[in-house]
Amino acid sequence: MPKIRNLEDLRKVKESAKDLTAARSGGRTHIIVGMGTCGIAAGAREVMTAILAELEKRGIKDVAVETTGCIGMCQFEPLVDVIRPGEPRITYGNVSPEDVPRIVAEHLINGNVVADKVIGRTD
Amino acid sequence: MMLEDLSHSILDIAENAVNAEATKIVIEIAEKLDENKITLIVSDNGKGMDEDLLSRVSDPFVTSRKTRRVGLGIPFLRQAAEGCGGFFEIRSSPGKGTSVMASFCTDHIDCPPMGDLAATLITLLLGWPDKRWIFRYKINGRQFELDSDEIVKVLGDRESLRSCEVAAWLKGWIDENLSILRLGGSDQYAQDKKS
Repeated sequence: MPKIRNLEDLRKVKESAKDLTAARSGGRTHIIVGMGTCGIAAGAREVMTAILAELEKRGIKDVAVETTGCIGMCQFEPLVDVIRPGEPRITYGNVSPEDVPRIVAEHLINGNVVADKVIGRTD
Repeated sequence: MMLEDLSHSILDIAENAVNAEATKIVIEIAEKLDENKITLIVSDNGKGMDEDLLSRVSDPFVTSRKTRRVGLGIPFLRQAAEGCGGFFEIRSSPGKGTSVMASFCTDHIDCPPMGDLAATLITLLLGWPDKRWIFRYKINGRQFELDSDEIVKVLGDRESLRSCEVAAWLKGWIDENLSILRLGGSDQYAQDKKS
């Protein structure tokens, strides 16, 4: 019989992820997913789940995943902003879960913006 | 309904609570298998609505938001509930909070599927780690309860809710508990896993 997970087991998970807090002081990357009604209807929750899965798969820990409400660009939802420390804020539009591995590999890891999905840049 | 399933509607309605400056949001789902009925209640302690706004809130062209003038979340849920023979109700008092209730007849052909509740819950926990989220799922008297304060107590800090390892673990934990509940309790679950 498999052991049914207990909430207390979460303590160990957190311990193993604790370099997250250590990396924070040096400034870390933020990923922000638009999660207003427009975003949700366009599939933002699925995009966020895909981002979490991809970060976990690749063992990337120095990233903060956040959500935001509607910012008035509903036609481009799902919207994903990537902010790397010291670099312009890049807004990706019409992001699907299939785009997520590419954004993580190209932008987060290699530092190259995925140009064909960009709809905005803020310096 | 323009949102895919109930879990997406719950995410949306819970976000209304956040926007109403609530600090505590309770999401309760009760399923009565023999009556083919699901009841959903989302209640918050946010700023509430006055009678005027409350009477107009089911109208898709009403919102208190400034960035986009069309509010669709509540009309979606109302349409979904009423479209499958259920009911829909909002109660609110200024300064006290709002409570949204919807019921669904699960044997009706237009009843929306539940969808991925665990994904909705981790989205809420990760999106607003500073709120207190309480989630209860009841089936025929048995229940699963998640209280974000208890999770934070185990984690030691709220910011850890945003760690992807924590979010992934929580998603698995919620999924597992909901399956146990649906299968009829942990004894039955253990037996099914064995066979």
